Amino acid sequence: MHLVTFRLNGDERALAVEPRRTLLHALRVDLNLTGTKKVCDMGDCGACTVLLDGRAVYACLTLAVDCEGREVTTIEGLAHGSELDPVQRAFVEADAYQCGFCTPGQIMSVTALLAEQREPSEEEIRRAVSGNLCRCGAYQNIVKAGQRAAELYAATSNSPDDEARVNGKQPAGIGTGGRR
Amino acid sequence: MSILHVERQSSKDGEEQYTVQETPMAPAWAPDAGLRVVGKPIPRVEGDLKVTGRAQYAYDVRLPGQLYARVLRSPHPHARITWIDTSKAEALNGVRAVLSRANAPDVSWFQDTHLFEERVRFVGEEVAAVAADSEEIADDALRLIEVEYEVLPFVVDAEAALAPGAPKLHQDGNLDGEPKEYERGDVHGSFGQADVVIEQTYVTQAALHNCLEPHGCTATWEGDRLTIWDSTQSIFDVRQEVATRLGLPEHHVRVIKQFMGGGFGSKQIAWKHTAIAALLSKQSGRPVQLMLDREAENLAAGNRNPTRQRVRLGAKRDGTLVFVECDAIMAVGAFMVGGEASDVDGPYQTLYRCPNVKTRQTAVYTNTGPAVAFRAPGYVEGAFGLESAMDELARALEIDPIALRLKNYSPIDQQSGKPYSSPEGLRRCYEAVVERFGWTDARKLDPRPGEHPIAGSKRRGIGFAAHDWIGGAGHPPGYAWVKLNADGTVDVVAGTHDIGTGSRTGLLQIAAEELGMPFEKLALHLGDTAYGPYAPVSSGSATQATIGPAIQAAALDAKRQLFEAAAPMLEAAPHDLELRDGEVRVKGQAGRKLAVSEVLGKIQPHMIQGHGSRGPNPEDKTIHTFGAQAVEVEVDVETGEVTIVRVVAAHDCGRIVNPLMVDSQVVGGITQGIGFALTEERLVDLGRGVVVNANLEHYLVPTMLDVPEIVNVHVDLPDPIANPTGAKGIGEPPLIPTAPAIANAVYDAIGVRIRQTPLSRQRVLNALAEPRTNGTSQNRGGQR
Repeated sequence: MHLVTFRLNGDERALAVEPRRTLLHALRVDLNLTGTKKVCDMGDCGACTVLLDGRAVYACLTLAVDCEGREVTTIEGLAHGSELDPVQRAFVEADAYQCGFCTPGQIMSVTALLAEQREPSEEEIRRAVSGNLCRCGAYQNIVKAGQRAAELYAATSNSPDDEARVNGKQPAGIGTGGRR
Repeated sequence: MSILHVERQSSKDGEEQYTVQETPMAPAWAPDAGLRVVGKPIPRVEGDLKVTGRAQYAYDVRLPGQLYARVLRSPHPHARITWIDTSKAEALNGVRAVLSRANAPDVSWFQDTHLFEERVRFVGEEVAAVAADSEEIADDALRLIEVEYEVLPFVVDAEAALAPGAPKLHQDGNLDGEPKEYERGDVHGSFGQADVVIEQTYVTQAALHNCLEPHGCTATWEGDRLTIWDSTQSIFDVRQEVATRLGLPEHHVRVIKQFMGGGFGSKQIAWKHTAIAALLSKQSGRPVQLMLDREAENLAAGNRNPTRQRVRLGAKRDGTLVFVECDAIMAVGAFMVGGEASDVDGPYQTLYRCPNVKTRQTAVYTNTGPAVAFRAPGYVEGAFGLESAMDELARALEIDPIALRLKNYSPIDQQSGKPYSSPEGLRRCYEAVVERFGWTDARKLDPRPGEHPIAGSKRRGIGFAAHDWIGGAGHPPGYAWVKLNADGTVDVVAGTHDIGTGSRTGLLQIAAEELGMPFEKLALHLGDTAYGPYAPVSSGSATQATIGPAIQAAALDAKRQLFEAAAPMLEAAPHDLELRDGEVRVKGQAGRKLAVSEVLGKIQPHMIQGHGSRGPNPEDKTIHTFGAQAVEVEVDVETGEVTIVRVVAAHDCGRIVNPLMVDSQVVGGITQGIGFALTEERLVDLGRGVVVNANLEHYLVPTMLDVPEIVNVHVDLPDPIANPTGAKGIGEPPLIPTAPAIANAVYDAIGVRIRQTPLSRQRVLNALAEPRTNGTSQNRGGQR
């Protein structure tokens, strides 16, 4: 077992894990953060997308021991209490989901994009979530949600990037497809 | 709700049958009724849970001491297990329970099979199961289980399985019963009357549901009471099956499903995993979570049966159909699981007016994973054959494909002779698609197939297809309770499910409308066998049309009681009262009113509870749902790539309760249709019987980049004959016509007909490379 220490949604966490344990498994089983979903467990679907130092990554392809000293943000880390984050609000307004199982991953990919690009084009939004499968076929509304989220951020002149700086996080990287 | 009358019917096959008549449904909302809540694009009520990760799926249940289970599966398509030793697995540190043929109770399951079969019939069939402290330990334990197999001959192709001497899957052979046959008129005798005959064979593939949340559950016991969080479309069926098979009384089994990560039909039955988890939990004394991994999900959790359809259409020179004939063979896999109901023959019998129709469908066992319903089972496959053939007929006759369909329009259900409840529904869909797509101008632009280069190697084409569907009508039984709380809020309770379609929201809109209460004052509770009345499986696009009218009736019942309570308070007769915006008012007298909370406050702690049940469908009408889609494609003749440029759809689902959610269903169904048409195919190695793409890397479901602009034109044709809400289902229909519309567009683009799904790049290139015997614009299908 290895002891790994990292920041998770703003809080310092320490975990003892087997070297083979993925970040996805550590989040879902060891930390009971089940918002991050397991679907393929091999980097094909994007349902487990989280932010690692501000970049979108697949948690199933990230070993927990590799997170030492790093900043992990999951879907549970976006809302402030009961107040939804703009990307979350946009997904509700645009009906950008059906069963909702891929939704956390989609939202994390869009969040990573908006941290990098405040006024994304439609094509940039499509590219940002092209590594996130949605079997219900909500893609059209996911694009609308991405556009709506950008509007909401513009209205509050507050981007995920600004929030990251306020919280003392690293600036966000490029959020495309989630592969490191 | 209450039973009014029970009548004994003439017994069939010596079995007693009874019809049950329950309290009537509410009066129908008029088609032009000015509804306030129904028809509004209200966002999903559970949205905040889904976007914060707090929605709890079966996969997300976490109980103290919970174990994680994994299943050992057969590596052989057909084998007899001669020896199994699990002792090394049992000895592994962290392993809490192991189940196999050696120690499992003898529980019968699908057809003539058992929970753990001695004779496995497909790669992926359950051999043993382990529950351990972690998934990793359970995986380690699976590798320690020793099994000896006597490998048996196998067959994975349906036609090969029918050949003499083919390996037999079951005692009676490889036929699932007698072929299903249907005939009206005289097809053979009418051959001579046809001026043109299309005779072709169409092939559809095995498609995999690939729900993102796999099948699975979490099971735990408290004494002799079992609770299961199952990823299912039917909590009551799971309860009944598990209780019956494991010998438990039903009231000691509770099944919960609040959220489910996709089902598409594959979760409409009780699968083995639920019983295995329950037994592992019993054995270990701990809660057990058993979720299938992605490979198992693709091997052993259902598929759309592959088909081969031999089709003959005969028509007069003016397009009038003379006969329709289809002989379909479908591979149902290793055994029947009880949720197939795949009517490939359905569209051939009803979509077009035709006096002479003959169909036959033969279901064949093969050494592959069992088939199960997949969003409009049978009709997706059948529509591909029929609607491709209709396009070929239109080409042969040089008639516009939509004009040909209108020529053969049927306002009656020709199976039963009854008129449809919405006889103009399909016509309205045709009209809506023609207008929005700009079909007439688009056709003028490119009258000849295969001759529309747009740039370099790209060719443009347009295609059309229509559909009908037996689902979407809803049916009894279905129940609901409406409880009015003292503070003026409302609890609506039903035993049904929201499988991702938006039922929570759409059903609440029905309740708010009938009650006259503000939408935000209502909450819907569903998905729990312990705390709601019985509801049937959420399948067949039926939930809104089955449970909606029951909720409407319950709301009306609650409102009636509320008026009884308010009458003395307002010094008016109950029938002079109305409920608007949360207030009980004396009709026509603006000042005389009481808030609902005031009325209820005066009678508490008594409370008002309305009960409602779903009444029968009309006996003299057939309720179908209909739709039409037009597609524009670009085909690259050098790479074989088909790009969908745009899709325009129109579907008759009766009254639109929530346009936001109807649009999502239509767009989502078409997206799955694009996958079915172009990329999705379970590939089985014929020599080894192994599925080679049981994952999301090589089984290609559509991504964001594969989906074009999809427009859903709202037909919004309330159907008060179908049920008092006027709403029918829309879950399955959008998928049905997409693949043939795309195939017809590809023909239009390249002038070569591809009669097999998916229209992969390889198939497009192969088709282009074939010598063209009839020229590019001629029918290739045997013009007489």
